[in-house]
Amino acid sequence: MTMIRTALRPDTDAAGSEPQASHDARQGHEARSAAAAAWGGAATSLVGLAGVVCGIVALAGRSWSLSLDGLFPMVGVQLELTPLGGLFMLLTGAVAVIVGIYSAGYTRAGHLGGFPLAVMPIFVATMLLVPAAGSVPTFLLMWELMAVSSMMLVLAGHRRAEVRSAGVYYAVLTHLGFMAILLGLLLLSAATGTTRFAEISFAIGDVGHGARTVIFVLTLLGFGSKAGLLPLHAWLPRAHAESPSPASALMSAAMVTLGVYGIVRIDLDILGPGPRWWGLVMLAVGAVSALFGVLQASVATDLKRLLAFSTTENMGLVLVALGAAALLTSSGMRDVAALALAAGLLHLLVHGSFKMLAFLAAGSVQNATGLRDLDRLGGLARRMPVTTALFGVAALGAAGLPVGAGFVSEWLLLQSLIHRPAAGDTLMALTMPLAIGVVALSVGVGVVTMVKAFGVGFLARPRTDEAAHAREAGAPMLLAMALAALVCTVLALVPAALDPALRALGRTLPVPVATLGGVVIGPAGGLGSIAPAVLAAGMASAVILAVALSRIGSRRRPPAQSAAPLWACGADGLTSRMEYTASSFAQPMQRVFRGVLRPEADLSVVRAAGSAYDVEQMAYRERPTDAVEAHLYRPVLRLVRAVAGWVRRAHTGSVQLYLVYGGVGLLIVLVLAR
Amino acid sequence: MTVLAMVAPAAQVAGVLLGAPLVAGVMRQVRARLEGRVGAGVAQPWRDLRKHLRKQAMTPSGTTVVFSLAPAVVAGSALLIAAIVPLVTTFSPLDRMADLFAVVGLLLIGTVALALGGLDTGTAFGGMGASRGITIAALAEPTILLSVFALSLPAGSSNLGVIVAATAHDPWTVLSVPGALAFVALLTVIVAETGRLPVDNPSTHLELTMIHEAMELEYAGPRLALMEWASAMRLTVLLALLANLFAPWGIAGAGSGAGGFLLATVLIAAKVAVLALILGGIEVFVAKLRLFRVPELLAGSFVLALLAVTTSSFFASAVG
Repeated sequence: MTMIRTALRPDTDAAGSEPQASHDARQGHEARSAAAAAWGGAATSLVGLAGVVCGIVALAGRSWSLSLDGLFPMVGVQLELTPLGGLFMLLTGAVAVIVGIYSAGYTRAGHLGGFPLAVMPIFVATMLLVPAAGSVPTFLLMWELMAVSSMMLVLAGHRRAEVRSAGVYYAVLTHLGFMAILLGLLLLSAATGTTRFAEISFAIGDVGHGARTVIFVLTLLGFGSKAGLLPLHAWLPRAHAESPSPASALMSAAMVTLGVYGIVRIDLDILGPGPRWWGLVMLAVGAVSALFGVLQASVATDLKRLLAFSTTENMGLVLVALGAAALLTSSGMRDVAALALAAGLLHLLVHGSFKMLAFLAAGSVQNATGLRDLDRLGGLARRMPVTTALFGVAALGAAGLPVGAGFVSEWLLLQSLIHRPAAGDTLMALTMPLAIGVVALSVGVGVVTMVKAFGVGFLARPRTDEAAHAREAGAPMLLAMALAALVCTVLALVPAALDPALRALGRTLPVPVATLGGVVIGPAGGLGSIAPAVLAAGMASAVILAVALSRIGSRRRPPAQSAAPLWACGADGLTSRMEYTASSFAQPMQRVFRGVLRPEADLSVVRAAGSAYDVEQMAYRERPTDAVEAHLYRPVLRLVRAVAGWVRRAHTGSVQLYLVYGGVGLLIVLVLAR
Repeated sequence: MTVLAMVAPAAQVAGVLLGAPLVAGVMRQVRARLEGRVGAGVAQPWRDLRKHLRKQAMTPSGTTVVFSLAPAVVAGSALLIAAIVPLVTTFSPLDRMADLFAVVGLLLIGTVALALGGLDTGTAFGGMGASRGITIAALAEPTILLSVFALSLPAGSSNLGVIVAATAHDPWTVLSVPGALAFVALLTVIVAETGRLPVDNPSTHLELTMIHEAMELEYAGPRLALMEWASAMRLTVLLALLANLFAPWGIAGAGSGAGGFLLATVLIAAKVAVLALILGGIEVFVAKLRLFRVPELLAGSFVLALLAVTTSSFFASAVG
């Protein structure tokens, strides 16, 4: 990724030397756009607030349904609140409230036009209606509306070629996923003879094993593409990186999790835990996605691309938890399965909180510097201290370290994976240790990734002028990020606050859901216990003790010197060119995992004229590639192109021939329909 | 009894604080004697600490609060681990607050703080050390967690007090194939995490080969003192944990009186001293591995840990 250079000049910069005549007009325009920003942000927040209320009502166990038969021809629109849907409405709504506040400030800085601002509330509304859909047609309708409205947000900066390319990837992959979901859900409706989810659940017992399997595979593929899971993940790093940051936050924290909603709703809830290999397939897809995502994130140098790959990793971990829950249920260990499911759902919520914060902070950085490339950032801690601290909260959460937001859910996942397998159960005895290895490696590499993002991007010295002259974000953006950080902290220290929600889910899902308990989290089915709040307090007091230790003998010391020159092993005149960059930081990872990352290297040597040895110039580039794209997408594209070329032979351009085709086709239909 | 159990974490913290420089001193002294030198004496690290603590505190230009706080976070994480793990008694009130996974996480917090401190200086060597150190920590993570799994299975718990108490109750369980594999895996990881040979050479003066030392090149005076103290504490607490996981003889249980606690304290100090002697002796005979051979070492220890877990499951299911 060394070679990706993104420089988005803030629009406000371009207006530096404007003639005085247009000044007044500009001011009027600015006032109007500020008002539009406030309205757009408020609309998004209000829709989100409605979602939060609906989510809480649904989780409280109030069932409510609405049928609008006239709204859509033939099938109508059916809405229904369920506890499971309520959890996702709560998550989406909370994300939207915060992103709405943020986008009011973000738009004012000239980074979001009126059109995306107007689309954002609609996008949030469709995301809230997906988990509220009570029937297959409504679900598909909302799903597609969500895809289209998010597509518009991705294309907000469509004047740049990268954005258009990201849009094409997103459109193609999301519709491949939609096709799979459409086929799967149509089969489900046809097999049960009804379109209402509530009635499907009753009638599912009559559906044969073959049909269930086909539905499972199709829906896992389709929903997996929305959740950024392999193999249909390629849209995610592109779309998340190229969309405006508030939209990236909405997509990564809320929309992507709806893919997981689909998997839980259709594959775990309606189809039931299913045979053992279903759980194994989910576990494998999750494990491969988690490892692939985190390895790509560890070598990415574009901050938003790094965060996007980290989304793939986290959704992979959630799927590992869901797969483990299914596998454990089919092995009869319902206590442990409950733990795995609780881990997965908690991780979804926690990921939403820290990833939203990380994308919002990345947006502030892009706003202040016009840069996303870690190799050109650095030194932001001095210029943007609040943003830096808040990104630090997000990075701590994403790294899954104690005191951070991601720790408890990853701990629960590990707890659900360590247990004594039943006698003679070779499959479990082999699967669970390997799953632990996968989770551990993704946590470890995740730590590398987040240290790189925070340490290279925000600490050290600025590597470019843009980074050196960054300015702190405005008040609405800081307020929104502080709110997100508050959510992260609450989830990190008092995760048991979510117990009522988990209990409500446990009453409705076929797989049980564990609850966390009080200050000490030691759920039934697990082997250990932790107390995150006590750990945080202990860590704080231990650090204070350590600081006190370093003050021993301070009375005898000469007065402290600040701003002493760096020693740097005696080197003088250090420049920022000598600093470690994100690429160099990730080089050991790239080298260790070169078999997976397949870095492309190319070396060009320009020799001096007439000499075989005298080299004038040398350039070496290495960048990691996406092995899945190279080995899965390209062959498929080649095949499609070859088939298309073959079909094209029939298209000669002669109208008479086309008429013959039409006539023959009509004859065939008539003969068949006779 | 309860008062003693309440005091135990504080006693463990104090013991690790005071004993850690001596452990580092023992290892250096063993090395010196085996290499035919007289050595500076076991208490030399204490004298170094005193010297550093009296020097002027310096804050290099261009560094932020991350650089200033990193030594305190490294030391704090080591101290918190010392309070939690069962060194003297298995009946600590803190035992339910953190299990072995959480302890591993706290260890990683220390590693991360060290790496961020190195990156914050903006020098080439700081970044280099951070990149190498954090990569090794990431690759060691699967081995550690699998060893935790292997150790938790026989005891039926991942809480350290329960694991150690179970082993103390039935000491022969560790003398099994899974126990031996887990021991080797854990030892490899401790060597990697604390920056000892053959992964990293703590006494190197050649910057290009440094890992741990490169991250603290810019530290001086009191902060350097804290940093060195912290790395000695990390080593000490991990050695003590290793000793009690595999040989918890004499550790104070629920019914032990003051005499039991005193005996346990003496015994754990002796066990750590023996381990330090052995480790220091081994270090004389090994050379530092090339950086890119370290992943192979860690992959090897991962395979050992995987075997430990699977054999443990099979033995368990054969018995159960």
